[in-house]
Amino acid sequence: MAKTVLEFEKPIIELEKKIAEMKKYSESLDLGEEITTLEEKVNQLRKSVYEGLTRWQKVQLARHPDRPYTLDYINMMTTDFIELHGDRSFRDDKAVVGGLAFLDSEPVMIIGQQKGRDTKSNVYRNFGMMNPEGYRKALRLMKLAAKFKRPVITLIDTPGAFPGLEAEERGQAEAIARNLFEMSHLPTPIVIVIIGEGASGGALGLGVGDRVLMMENTWYSVISPESCSSILWRSWSFKEQAAEALKLTAPDLLAQGIIDRIIPEPLGGAHRNPPQAAEILKGILLEEISKLKKLKTEKLIEKRIDKFSKMGEYEE
Amino acid sequence: MAWFRRSKASISTDAQRKDIPDGMWTKCDGCGEIIHKKQLEQQFYTCIKCNYHFRIGSKEYLQFLLDEGSFKEMDRKMKSKDPLNFKDSKSYKERIKDSIRKTELFDAVRTGSGKINGQDVVVGVMDFSFIGGSMGAVVGEKVARAIDKARKDKSPIIIVSSSGGARMMEAAYSLMQLAKTSSKLAQLSDEGVPFISILTDPTTGGVTASFAMLGDLNIAEPGALIGFAGPRVIRQTIGKDLPPGFQRSEFQLDHGFVDVVVHRKEMKETVSKILKLIWKS
Repeated sequence: MAKTVLEFEKPIIELEKKIAEMKKYSESLDLGEEITTLEEKVNQLRKSVYEGLTRWQKVQLARHPDRPYTLDYINMMTTDFIELHGDRSFRDDKAVVGGLAFLDSEPVMIIGQQKGRDTKSNVYRNFGMMNPEGYRKALRLMKLAAKFKRPVITLIDTPGAFPGLEAEERGQAEAIARNLFEMSHLPTPIVIVIIGEGASGGALGLGVGDRVLMMENTWYSVISPESCSSILWRSWSFKEQAAEALKLTAPDLLAQGIIDRIIPEPLGGAHRNPPQAAEILKGILLEEISKLKKLKTEKLIEKRIDKFSKMGEYEE
Repeated sequence: MAWFRRSKASISTDAQRKDIPDGMWTKCDGCGEIIHKKQLEQQFYTCIKCNYHFRIGSKEYLQFLLDEGSFKEMDRKMKSKDPLNFKDSKSYKERIKDSIRKTELFDAVRTGSGKINGQDVVVGVMDFSFIGGSMGAVVGEKVARAIDKARKDKSPIIIVSSSGGARMMEAAYSLMQLAKTSSKLAQLSDEGVPFISILTDPTTGGVTASFAMLGDLNIAEPGALIGFAGPRVIRQTIGKDLPPGFQRSEFQLDHGFVDVVVHRKEMKETVSKILKLIWKS
């Protein structure tokens, strides 16, 4: 059962509770008909709520604290995962995890930002905000994958790259730029999945690949709605408008030609049924990887660079 | 008093403050020295007393960097389309129109080919005065095409950056320009053609996190602010004042992200020397 309930989720959760209670009593009482009516009602409610979500509500879903995170997906989707640590230069960034694993019978390198579930684990994970050594660790693992001809999967879920003093001293900008540069011609297939928040350069630093997929209830943009509001409206309170203006949801980005595919989530969001969300994701990843593996490496890289080269609209 | 102090800094107000000064006399932002316009021009818009480098536009920079009359501009009239129909307190279309009128430029970078002491080069020079030198699809596309030209012609490419980062009003499209320009540089690098990045005040955000940091050589002008996050954001994050010189060129050199810091008046000769060392046989 969900621990955190968003405002628009409340009526649905309440109805679900009622149905669960009635089912408990239905052993002694005959409530079958009433339960069916209520179940129909909750289904309709779910549909109407989730089809009518605003962009800001989708941002809230993307940040839902019960949503599966990178390690949850790794645990649910893969076997024999062995986590690999460190950038071989400075230290191990806990905001990003990565390692080798089997996706069914497919050996892959899987890397993603990791958020925490409570204060303690969030401090440990730095809220999923990577430092330069995190980008360098990720790049090291990607090069390792390329060396042994293993496809790379990255799972993106970050409120941004960490904007701290030490991050600047160690070259946050250079670390991200280097990843964009290296990922664009890495000689192995790369599949990117936005599983939660995709904020700015901090997300893109793991985001250059052959296929870019977005889960249904996630967002991806150049800036968070809050920061956009604070800069352009000079106030923190225009986040709803900023989210609308940024057009940052999965359908928006598909229409903009920036992502390739939307991954459906269980009704109500991935947090309502994590195993099902992982199962859907796994199936799609296997399908994408098997297609990419058929391409010659040169062709793969050429197509990857062409794909990003086409992004953006202008007038001549 | 409200008009002395802004609670939040913005890209555009900063630009106005440090743009090329009008009038005959200018006060140096570095030391307060009063400098005559003619003298400032002769000094490549740097302060004779404290070496402060004023922010200048692509027009001036191209004059300093290239052989006279050698610049041939590419894609001069490429303009933003406002694909998202973006509107905050003002519409993006209006902002673009106003900026074009005010700066007589079409966007925040000019690209083309030219010569440096007779050596053919491809160049790109950014204009901070155009919406804070921000990178949207036009800047990304023009830079990408310049890199393509360098690769095709086997000509070294030099890009002079000054930018507040990615352009918010083009949202995800802007973000993707980081990937676009960086992937073009990877292609260029695979062909062995040199890229020299010149970082000027300020180079931050998405431009630093893409092409500006990816030079075979990174050259900075003295005292330029160079970083990923802006100082204001970092101050908010750590809740402390930042040490003096933080994120300046010399700091970046000390931390290993800039090869050399070069005074603007020596920039052309330095670039020319480097090209002879790494490119001409």
